[in-house]
Amino acid sequence: MNHGLHTALRAALPTHALLVEAEALRPYECDGLSAYRQVPLAVCLPETLDQARAVLRICGEHRVPVVARGAGTGLSGGALPIASGVVLSLARFNRILAIDPDNRLARVQPGVRNLAISEAAAPYGLYYAPDPSSQIACSIGGNVAENSGGVHCLKYGLTVHNVLALKVLTMDGELLEMGGCGKPGALDSPGYDLLALLTGSEGLLGIVVEVTVKLLVKPERAQVVLAAFDSVETAGTAVAAIIGTGILPAGLEMMDNLSIRAAEDFVHAGYPVDAAAILLCELDGANAEVSEQIMAAREVLFAAGATEVRTAEDEAQRMKFWAGRKGAFPAVGRISPDYYCMDGTIPRRHLARVLRRIGELSTQYGLRVANVFHAGDGNLHPLILFDANQPGEMKKAEDFGSDILRLCVEVGGTVTGEHGIGVEKLDASCSQFSAEELTQFHAVKAAFDPAGLLNPGKAVPTLHRCAEMGRMHVQGGKLPFPELPRF
Amino acid sequence: METELIERVQRAIASRTPLCIQAGGGKAFYGRACRGEPLEVSGHRGDIRYEPSELVLTARAGTPLAEIEALLAANNQMLPFEPPHFSPHATLGGMVAAGLSGPRRPWGGSVRDAVLGVKLLNGRGEVLRLGGQVMKNVAGYDLSRLMVGALGTLGVLLEVSVKVLPRPAEEITLAFEMDATHAAACLIEWGRRPLPLSATLFHDGRLLVRLSGSAQGVRAARAAMGGEETDHAIWAGAREQTLPFFQTGAPLWRVSLPAAAPALPGEGLSEWGGALRWIASDQPAATIRHQAAAVGGHATLFRGHDGHGEVFHPLPPALLALHRRVKQAFDPHGIFNPGRLYQGL
Repeated sequence: MNHGLHTALRAALPTHALLVEAEALRPYECDGLSAYRQVPLAVCLPETLDQARAVLRICGEHRVPVVARGAGTGLSGGALPIASGVVLSLARFNRILAIDPDNRLARVQPGVRNLAISEAAAPYGLYYAPDPSSQIACSIGGNVAENSGGVHCLKYGLTVHNVLALKVLTMDGELLEMGGCGKPGALDSPGYDLLALLTGSEGLLGIVVEVTVKLLVKPERAQVVLAAFDSVETAGTAVAAIIGTGILPAGLEMMDNLSIRAAEDFVHAGYPVDAAAILLCELDGANAEVSEQIMAAREVLFAAGATEVRTAEDEAQRMKFWAGRKGAFPAVGRISPDYYCMDGTIPRRHLARVLRRIGELSTQYGLRVANVFHAGDGNLHPLILFDANQPGEMKKAEDFGSDILRLCVEVGGTVTGEHGIGVEKLDASCSQFSAEELTQFHAVKAAFDPAGLLNPGKAVPTLHRCAEMGRMHVQGGKLPFPELPRF
Repeated sequence: METELIERVQRAIASRTPLCIQAGGGKAFYGRACRGEPLEVSGHRGDIRYEPSELVLTARAGTPLAEIEALLAANNQMLPFEPPHFSPHATLGGMVAAGLSGPRRPWGGSVRDAVLGVKLLNGRGEVLRLGGQVMKNVAGYDLSRLMVGALGTLGVLLEVSVKVLPRPAEEITLAFEMDATHAAACLIEWGRRPLPLSATLFHDGRLLVRLSGSAQGVRAARAAMGGEETDHAIWAGAREQTLPFFQTGAPLWRVSLPAAAPALPGEGLSEWGGALRWIASDQPAATIRHQAAAVGGHATLFRGHDGHGEVFHPLPPALLALHRRVKQAFDPHGIFNPGRLYQGL
């Protein structure tokens, strides 16, 4: 590391808040996407706003890139360090500043874990709705950076729908309030909706140093119905039928046969292992309302062709039904040395077509695929099974994944529903955006961070990269970037 | 029509001629005055793509809101944020540009919560697809939601996709005679219970509460809450501001603030479980803005101004500077609706 940079950081931070030794940096070399690794120059763990601001100022002066990091559970490499850069960990910004039950909000620092917010709100009968599967570990700051989802998005939305205000440090050390007006809690704010823009911006626009989230009243009751189907198409039709009746389930999840079997072997959830697909439909609300909706949902599911419909008899069984779904990823990890998780979203009406095509690709590539699916909102998680120790399999899995994501874009969807682009989907996202759209993204980035030092190279591919990929989204039959060379 | 609009904007860019985007015109009173040549966009309408089981509707931005809401109602669905029309000619694009939500907003979400994607004509004369037509999409920056409430200062909306929701099976309105202090306490208390609230309004010693949900859920809540059942007319009156309170001619201030904030001086009507207060008053702007800011709110001079002073709550300098850079990123030549949101923006 450059001597001047080292000295300046050393002066700005307590000794234990600056890591520079190789073995201390090692734990920061990757996030939840461990296929990509890179050791940074240094890791800064500021404990105060002034320290964080000083780190940004110093990095700005030395033109050193800054990668913000929360709990490091991200799945797209958004917190992957940059060799010539510094990692700014918000792990020590870990205090819950206020729970305000009258305004139903929590004001927290970004390093607070997602689940810890609900735990702190529980004595008031309140909770924080978005529940990514990593919620015991992931931090709220990371959730904001990625606009994280979970299994309850259809009814309760993503992170962007549940954040009321942010305090953000810009690269030049300015502290900006977005959403709040001094005291957070208002439902809107004057000017542009920068709160929505910051959410999901993957650490490229600013460093979130405080988050105010909306708390919801815990529903009186939640109940889950499990339905089995002899084809995934029928299950897909059943999802449309449920929504068509006007029921808005809190969660509506689908698993295919390979996922069902893997999950059943792993957690013994009591799933019907011969079913081609199952749906888990959670209904919540007032006691009487849930009873009414369960009856209605059962009827619709049978009418749509379910071979079996089970209502969880008690809370223990409900938790078991969910344990299978929430454990689906590790369950698949038990039946294959490696798996590659995709995250496309599609308009639901194309589900049958997309799953059929994924099946064909599976045969073509000679790799198995297990499908778990946030069926209510169209977010697919195909898990491609492979063995990284077999020469060429990793590459095959990546190509298979790219084909799936292209397919999602073709049917009107997106390459990422909730995991983010990070570094992982830079190439895949080329098929989603035109040159003009990418240019607009880069212009917005420059409005926040003109020197391009915040998490550079993530989230939005360069035009050049997409041109080299030959994958740019083509509008109106015109070849993109005719002026750029092809390789 | 789209081609015409693109050509028109490209000409305006070439000649550096500012444009004032207009459609239904019902919200022309909202925001500051715009200086420039009118760009009429209401002809860019139709091409509605709507599959009820997907809970998504896409249409050209000039499509009348009335047409969209009628289509949704026929399928037992709705725009959950109950946008005000303020005119029979209100359009989908105007709804997004103004970003105003109605009585259901705290429970059903806002316009920006429901927007999934837009097609935008930017200030370089390019057509961009921002966001998409699916509910979960984190690819690229969320630029479609940035258009909500931007009052057309970032570009011309050509097409909009929104999330829609099923209509509740049952809705009732309850009325309670009580003073303001008691009403505020009730709203806080009810807000912390699992009740199917979907709108509230307090005015002149009367608290009105709407409950929405399944028949059984609404019945159970009604039994727990008491009050007298009344008709639903008040909600349309609040949404469209046809209630006598909104028509006094005095400057009308909209104050958005934390729901449990104390009453503001001169507060005449409150909605959104307390998070939206209306003040009809001749008091100086600085006084009202100061009182709003002291409790974490911001004040908008909604009606009764000449369009030349500041309408929206002033931004801190660093935030205003960032707004200017964001504007520049979309509209480098300052073509679209100059001054409509803030002076110099």
